[in-house]
Amino acid sequence: MKDGHAPRRKLLIVIAGLLALLMITPFTSSYVIVLITHALVFAILAMSLDILLGYTGLPSLGQAAYLGMGAYLTAILAARYQFGLDWTFWVVILMGILIGAATAALFGLLAIRAGGVYFLMITLALAMCVWGLAYRWNSLTGGDNGIILPPRPQFGIQLSDDVTFFYLVFGFFVVSLAMLYILVKSPFGRSLEGIRENELRMRILGYNTWLHKYIAFIIAGGFGGLAGVLWAHAHGLVSPEDVTLATSVDALLMVVLGGSGTLVGGAIGAGIVVFLREYLSTLVPWWQYVLGGVYVLTILYLPGGLMSIPERVRGWRASSPGRSLSDLRPTNS
Amino acid sequence: MSEKIGQHEGGAVLELKGLSKSFGGLHAVQDVDLKIFPGDRKAIIGPNGAGKTTLFNVVTGVLPATSGQVLLFGEDITGWQCHRRTALGMARTFQITSLFPKLTVLDNVLLAIKGLRRTKFVMWRPLSSYRDVYEKARRLLESAGYWNRRDVEVRNLSHGEQRQVEVILGLASDPRILLLDEPAAGLASGESQEMTEFLRRLDPELAILLIEHDMDVVFDFADHISVLHFGEVVEEGTTERIRRSEKVQEIYLGTG
Repeated sequence: MKDGHAPRRKLLIVIAGLLALLMITPFTSSYVIVLITHALVFAILAMSLDILLGYTGLPSLGQAAYLGMGAYLTAILAARYQFGLDWTFWVVILMGILIGAATAALFGLLAIRAGGVYFLMITLALAMCVWGLAYRWNSLTGGDNGIILPPRPQFGIQLSDDVTFFYLVFGFFVVSLAMLYILVKSPFGRSLEGIRENELRMRILGYNTWLHKYIAFIIAGGFGGLAGVLWAHAHGLVSPEDVTLATSVDALLMVVLGGSGTLVGGAIGAGIVVFLREYLSTLVPWWQYVLGGVYVLTILYLPGGLMSIPERVRGWRASSPGRSLSDLRPTNS
Repeated sequence: MSEKIGQHEGGAVLELKGLSKSFGGLHAVQDVDLKIFPGDRKAIIGPNGAGKTTLFNVVTGVLPATSGQVLLFGEDITGWQCHRRTALGMARTFQITSLFPKLTVLDNVLLAIKGLRRTKFVMWRPLSSYRDVYEKARRLLESAGYWNRRDVEVRNLSHGEQRQVEVILGLASDPRILLLDEPAAGLASGESQEMTEFLRRLDPELAILLIEHDMDVVFDFADHISVLHFGEVVEEGTTERIRRSEKVQEIYLGTG
């Protein structure tokens, strides 16, 4: 807003980044293509969480629940009923979004009453309920073993081809990003920001803040469900592992690392976390400590996430004009 | 809605009947009666802890009343939530500046104006594309002299400026009654004079109820004053009367 051209420039950078990703990915190795696809799925989950965490100020620790609902729905329909393996895939997409949203609508009734740490605890507890169901309801979910999906759907196009599937997931990612971007600029989206900044004032201004938070929660659940459907087909296996606390924490880490309240930050964070996890886990057995360390360092030294770096650099440049490199050392600490 | 309000033009805008609020054994507000008519400039004064802000919180629905009634345009709104009271024409400001610090001045006002419009739920169109809302924000900010600083984030304004934006947000919903909770809190004397001038320029039809510590502001601005002490109204009357009242002096000087 300060600079009339800044939003347009940012938009162009994002579009350029997306185009680059779209063009370069098919020429990378098959392993990298799979990883990028996974990262894009998690990017959708992270962006859905960003609506809650970054825009509304609701730190949800239960985003894995919606991913789990979408993923299990897809797996059960595909493995048991062979449903969703042709054009009905689109029906499953819709059902996945709906089941995520419906779960959020139910959980929201309990969680939205609370704020801050209590909200965090309730969302955590509810997500653990979903995990418990996945783990214990053997006859439906296959328990600990999970469900192995049949080959990916085909309807004119072969999704079993990893590159084709990448294009599909990329498409869903771009559409999600665009929809959420429009959402956060809309009166409704701005009202969420107002709630984050000062909920009491919003109520006094005439907003039914509970309702706004509840709707945001449901929308986030819907996108989480979408990520779940894609995840089931991306991974080929759905197990209680996908619904654990670790998945929710990963989503949180992605958003915080990239920069909460930026949408794109969550996507960048998703890419970094997915790649770090894959490569680190082959290198060292204690890779999880690295992720934990990254998390702590980000919160301590870069609370705005990676997306805040350009602004920081600008701010630093503006505050110290004409400084040479030798002056870079911190003056006092 | 506006017709309904119009019917009550002759009556009180806001009426408190035996309004009380207790926190356990502490009677923060006791049996307060008050009537405010269109165009009134009333003030509530009282020492620290007299229950002034609690009274406001009960009137605006931030806290539930223990007993008694709040009537807005004759309608009993005692159990209503904040946002419904706002929809009926009540607005308030806060003693501790209560804005959206990381949003710009313009965005603060846009949100405030949207508060009472149905389109606040729209998700597919940018907030900035609503011309009528934008024009109204422009009018509000221009009349208060903030239009050229509309893109400044509120947290970067001075305290005095934030106090004024606080009042602008209160006005954004086109209220019929405005409750001002210490608008001059923390202002230097020059600034509080500016604030008084600012308040004097507001629509003369608007009913205003003011809580204030700064006696200069109160005596300058209000034409009727109620004195609250330990949650009870102990004295009320014209500004002249209160200024001379011995009881009030006792309360403030502590000889009582």
